Amino acid sequence: MATSEAALPRNADGTRVVPHNVSPGLWTLAWRRLRADRVGMVSLAIVAAFLLMMALSAAGLIARDWSKEVGVNYAPPSFIGADEASGTPAAPAAAPEPAAPSTEWKTQIVDPLADVIAELKGAKPAAAPPPSGGTEGKSVDPLADVMADIRAGKGTTAAAPAEARRATLPFGGDKWGRDVIAKTIKGSETSIFVGIMSAIVAVALGTLFGAISGYYGGWVDDAFNWFYSVFNSIPYLLLILAVAAVLQQKGVVTIILILGLTGWTGVFRLIRAEYLKHKAREYVQAADAIGASNARRMFVHIFPNVSHVVLVQLSILAVGFIKAEVILSFLGFGVPVDVVSWGSMLNEAQNELILGKWWQLVAATVAMATLVTAFSLFTDALRDALDPKLKGLKGH
Amino acid sequence: MTAYILRRLWQMVPTMLGVVILVFFLFNWVGGDPAYVLAGKISNQEQIDNIRRQLGVDQPYWVQLWIFIKQIVTGDFGASWSTNERIGSIILTRLPPSLTVLVPLTILDLLVSVGLALAVAYVRGSLTDRAVMIVCTVGLSISILVYIIVFQYVFAYKLGWFPVQGWGDSFWENLVRYSSLPILIGLTVSIAPSLRLYRTFVLDEINQDYVRTARAKGLSENRIMWIHVLRNASIPIITNVMASLPGLLIGAFLIERFFSIPGIGREVILAVERSDFPVIKAITVYVAVATMVFNLLADLMYKAVDPRVQLR
Repeated sequence: MATSEAALPRNADGTRVVPHNVSPGLWTLAWRRLRADRVGMVSLAIVAAFLLMMALSAAGLIARDWSKEVGVNYAPPSFIGADEASGTPAAPAAAPEPAAPSTEWKTQIVDPLADVIAELKGAKPAAAPPPSGGTEGKSVDPLADVMADIRAGKGTTAAAPAEARRATLPFGGDKWGRDVIAKTIKGSETSIFVGIMSAIVAVALGTLFGAISGYYGGWVDDAFNWFYSVFNSIPYLLLILAVAAVLQQKGVVTIILILGLTGWTGVFRLIRAEYLKHKAREYVQAADAIGASNARRMFVHIFPNVSHVVLVQLSILAVGFIKAEVILSFLGFGVPVDVVSWGSMLNEAQNELILGKWWQLVAATVAMATLVTAFSLFTDALRDALDPKLKGLKGH
Repeated sequence: MTAYILRRLWQMVPTMLGVVILVFFLFNWVGGDPAYVLAGKISNQEQIDNIRRQLGVDQPYWVQLWIFIKQIVTGDFGASWSTNERIGSIILTRLPPSLTVLVPLTILDLLVSVGLALAVAYVRGSLTDRAVMIVCTVGLSISILVYIIVFQYVFAYKLGWFPVQGWGDSFWENLVRYSSLPILIGLTVSIAPSLRLYRTFVLDEINQDYVRTARAKGLSENRIMWIHVLRNASIPIITNVMASLPGLLIGAFLIERFFSIPGIGREVILAVERSDFPVIKAITVYVAVATMVFNLLADLMYKAVDPRVQLR
């Protein structure tokens, strides 16, 4: 594809002769169409920026010190300014409010969060030992955690090595005074990596199954179709939760497996239909005539002709899996608690919001919404570029 | 018609068998020995052996599979491992709260998103259309978690318009008092994808020849959109709604969890947290059955909507 693009202007160089013998390939045309799509290019740039951020963070060049407590507990964002006397500007607003909704909230919020908080308490000190405030008062009552934090927020300035810590951070700090921006960057590493890797697993499985099923037909096709209908008759979320229940150990690999092993069905259906269509075409018969093996026909000859479907599916699934990872990690079924992800940030932010600390919620939400919006728009542009016939359907 | 339904039911048998084997494989084979999960950390070998005998996991796999199939057919899955409640009664008591939220949610979602889809598709390409689509795309990319956290905080905690969470005994109190905010959140989350999808279905129809004919006959635009176009677009819409219904039962688990609604979704989460395998097994199998039955119902409804459809 690169050669044909390069060849085109060089042949025409200097002369008025337009080379009709070289017609641009699918990918060249698609890339041209994509480049002409302004929304597509902007979203591609945003997605690329996120990927770069993820790579830099994984390489340890940025956000390496995300787990350091650089600010005071709940350090507010710099544009709000430090709160005098304590690092908790909104705590007085939330704590001494004896109104009915407040007590109702506090008594009832206890139950659904108990286990999550217990988990947080159990594993957090191992990852980043919080100075005094976070670990004291470890009772079973999950409310104690919140209350201890309110108290700690007021008393910490005197207690811990707080004099070295900053009163404000660019976009605020979390419960332990860790920089929210660094955390968001570090969290993107987990969330994007999990999303993309599980999309690759799911697409690889779906493509393999779909290729075999569509190419061979007959009883093989029946068998895979049966397998497909089995997976398809269990609602996707239920399947994910069931697998999560069974795989006890948590980890990035586990969650990639969960999402990948359950998410292949849509790809399978599409790829199978493509292979059914392509296996009867002349070029496959020609490949047969020159003695190409089945595997060679399937993956060397047919696969390039269906690869645009694969690419679009990869993009769609990556978006879905990024969102799924956030939910799974939020529930505590995803990555371990010492690994930061946007889901675990939202989990912490849920309690912080009651105290009026909104910045971690906003940071994780904005990061995720930006990436997912850009990724979805890019997927649409990619699909339009690769399959212009669809444009009339979806577009205006 | 009867022959068709019977044949479809017959075709479900192999799929159902596959679901049973998949669930069995997951929980009895991949899941490892449940006795260790149950007995916890403080246990001796004797206790573990006892538990294994009670659960029947000391039997060979084919006996266990047979027990599981018997459980499904008789509907008697035994008791929950963690609360000892009968699983039949768990499902029967958790279903009504789920439906109290989901039925109004589905109906409202359908009405609002179909209405909006018709309106937006009618002015396709306009600024309104594009603005609505952009709002949908952005709205879709915010996690449902954020909607729940923020709505619960703002509308229930700060403004006090709704109870923060809870569930009562009377149906009307539950529906009006406790379900309003969950339904509102569910609508916010579900309208964007439905609207986007239904809009494409309507767009597929809106340029067809019969629409031009109807217009040439002098029919009012309202009649064209609501009767002619909607009726033709309703086939894929029905498929979508019917296919998503059983999944919604589980899909609402986040809402049920945050609002302490004692429904099926919350039960699944609790069961996953407690490694309560029988509960998950039973719910998975029944939801799979429901999914297949709803797919059949969807096909039967095509026939009602579109007389050209041949049920084969």
